[in-house]
Amino acid sequence: MSTQNTILADTPAILTNGSGAAAILAAGIGSFAVAASAIAADKSAFLKSLFSIYKPTGALSGETTVAILVWFAAWAILEVLWRKRNVSLLRINVIALLLLGLSLLSTFPPIGDLF
Amino acid sequence: MEITTRSLWTLIHGMGFGALYLLASAGAIALLYQRFSTGTHQIPESGNDRVLGIYLTVMAALAWLTVLSGTYIVYPWYRAAPPAGTTNLAAYPRSLLLSHPATSQWHLIGMEWKEHVAWLVPIAITMAAFVAIRYARDLGRQPQLQYALHGFVVTSLFAAGVAGFFGAMLDKNAPVDGGNIIHVVQEGKQ
Repeated sequence: MSTQNTILADTPAILTNGSGAAAILAAGIGSFAVAASAIAADKSAFLKSLFSIYKPTGALSGETTVAILVWFAAWAILEVLWRKRNVSLLRINVIALLLLGLSLLSTFPPIGDLF
Repeated sequence: MEITTRSLWTLIHGMGFGALYLLASAGAIALLYQRFSTGTHQIPESGNDRVLGIYLTVMAALAWLTVLSGTYIVYPWYRAAPPAGTTNLAAYPRSLLLSHPATSQWHLIGMEWKEHVAWLVPIAITMAAFVAIRYARDLGRQPQLQYALHGFVVTSLFAAGVAGFFGAMLDKNAPVDGGNIIHVVQEGKQ
């Protein structure tokens, strides 16, 4: 077993972190898009009506569809830009987790209603 | 013993997919801790490098099944508007909750938060599954990727917990019920 638990420092080249960074930042952006589209639909009757792409579910159907599209678009663009590069993951993590935290907070109605 | 189709779908959504996801989240955190808490960045034993990716992929499937069944099967029954003049609102959970000051906040805060916060879960866990599969053995040498996985998995557990808690409380105060009746055990049988 110990022979299989090789210390990584002794092993050859590793993958670039760009692809992971793209997925992480895109997840932060997608999460924020969920909160942003929910707040936007709540503030605008026009958007609320526009987002009702599946009537039985109402605006939630459009809000989440738009957010998923934003997430995939961001992921695809960042993947193309970063997949062969090493990027500053610390900075990406901080931004992505901030976006995720903001999304958690702003989907909470008493906070979302402040906007 | 019988159950209605709407109750059954609510059960599948909440106690099936949702509760399984919550249980799996605790397992994912334990798995991440076990794999990356050694202090030395090591390659896992042969075969173990795929376990995390497979585990998180199953979680992602559960998360998508939960939000899709909730949003497109159960939620339309929850938010259905009663015809004018309806006095018995039992079949219209949203209207039933809003009809009384003591229960209206379950919708205005509980459902309003639940219906959006739940969608953060599949996004977070799909990313985690992708990173775990893409980097597999290399994850041990990329501490920042590990931190991101931890952060997103823990946050997804919190978001799923919020959605699960309010789902349970909403169903307690105004259950989604109705539709065809399914006889689980026929009369006279024990």
